[in-house]
Amino acid sequence: MGSMKEMFNSLLLKELFKGLSVTGRYAFARKVTVRYPEEKTPQGFRFRGLHALRRHASGEERCIACKLCEAVCPAMAIDIEMGEREDGSRRTTRYDIDMNKCIFCGFCEEACPVGAIVLTRVFESHGERQSDLYYTKPMLLANGDRHEAQIAADEAADAKYR
Amino acid sequence: MMIETLQQLLPGFLTPCVNWLAQSGEGVFGSLWPDIVTLVWTVVKVMLIIAPLLGAVAYATFAERKVIGWMQARIGPNRVGPWGLFQPLADGVKVFLKEIVIPAHADKAVYLLAPVFSFAPALIACAVIPFDDFLVLADIDASLLFVMSVTSVSVYGIILAGWAPNSKYAFFGAMRSAAQMISYEVPMGLALVVVLMVSGSLNLVDIVQGQGRGTFAGMGLKFLSWNWLPLWPMFIVYVASVFAECNRAPFDLAEGESEIIGFHVEYSGMAFAVFQLAEYGAMLMGCTLVSLLFLGGWLSPVSFLPDGILWLLVKIFGVLVLFYWVRATFPRYRYDQVMRLGWKVFIPVCLIWLAVVACWMLSPWNIWK
Repeated sequence: MGSMKEMFNSLLLKELFKGLSVTGRYAFARKVTVRYPEEKTPQGFRFRGLHALRRHASGEERCIACKLCEAVCPAMAIDIEMGEREDGSRRTTRYDIDMNKCIFCGFCEEACPVGAIVLTRVFESHGERQSDLYYTKPMLLANGDRHEAQIAADEAADAKYR
Repeated sequence: MMIETLQQLLPGFLTPCVNWLAQSGEGVFGSLWPDIVTLVWTVVKVMLIIAPLLGAVAYATFAERKVIGWMQARIGPNRVGPWGLFQPLADGVKVFLKEIVIPAHADKAVYLLAPVFSFAPALIACAVIPFDDFLVLADIDASLLFVMSVTSVSVYGIILAGWAPNSKYAFFGAMRSAAQMISYEVPMGLALVVVLMVSGSLNLVDIVQGQGRGTFAGMGLKFLSWNWLPLWPMFIVYVASVFAECNRAPFDLAEGESEIIGFHVEYSGMAFAVFQLAEYGAMLMGCTLVSLLFLGGWLSPVSFLPDGILWLLVKIFGVLVLFYWVRATFPRYRYDQVMRLGWKVFIPVCLIWLAVVACWMLSPWNIWK
């Protein structure tokens, strides 16, 4: 009896019509496509985009050349050399991040004891040559200056979860 | 013939031009002139059918991407022109600029002939397709038979495409596709036999007109008299066979984009594009036949609306959307499942229904008189 019922169901294409009704409903459902250049997906305040080096309010750079970020970086993308500045403080003489290697894990930001290296929300960075993606200290500091307001806001939003 | 038609079609102030053309043509070509007129007139008529068909093929690809996109909760191509309407043109330009790589050990002539062989049948079959009671290029009595035999030729395109590039993968793919297409021609033919039986004619015009008569048509509900309802199992078998015949999902193992190697692995650029055009051309032809044979062609669904070519176009588009819908819904059959469905399900169903309809027609409840 069960097999008879099964045969009738398959002859009447019951399952096929069920499947068609599902896709038919989706044809009129809300579309989830994001039309990228005009629309963008929402970002969280922990978004991990392009790196930046921050400064104190006084304009002094935050980085103290402790090299924790260089040590923690799993992709070994960070390259730091340090030296003594004229005022006797310890500073980096080189702070390079190779974006070809970087995997945007955000460990450098986690490791930094002074909040100097941070990841911004910028994700549309690109380069036409590999060398374009080699970020040096002035470039990273410039990134920090450019996005300071957003960085500070994101840090404040994240603060209560820390 | 052409002269009179031109005089009717063109505005009055052009009549002297037409007359001058007719006279000077007769002066230059002499007794050959009527033949030349016939030739030119035929070419014009052929162009009038082929040009819209090519446009329809281009936009069938676009419609497919749109419809399948919607069914997957996407919006489909929308970048080129308003709503992406120029996408087929962009695709065409792209494909023209691609290189056609001919394999070193290929048989060049056959290699280049194969795409033509697979595309031409769809165009040739257009010749006998009626668009309404009188609008048909060649109104021959055995038009159904003509369509059947001409579309079968496209199998040669596939076999040659598999053989010419001298590649074993293309050859395997061609063998699979050819076997599939030939297998599904049997249930397709049997389904047509049933249609033929109830309409008593091989002429497509007669078959369509026959669907406009019957008990329900008398009540004003013409769409219930069309063959799809009384011949429901044949309708299903025929539509599924058309899917298989066109190598479309869920029987698209000839090209199965992601996993299987098909007969056109060795083709690139425009040569490959012609295979795509052939697929869509065959699809449009299949949709047209389904509309003509089972959905009443240009007949309107209810008797208070006028018949006309518009109904045929609407029906063709409807069946086309069904093609896309099925492709968006069903997973692909395995090769042995395709063969099993064709030989062990469709052919017995056809044979049984053939006998049932035969008895039905001899019984007092015959609805096709």
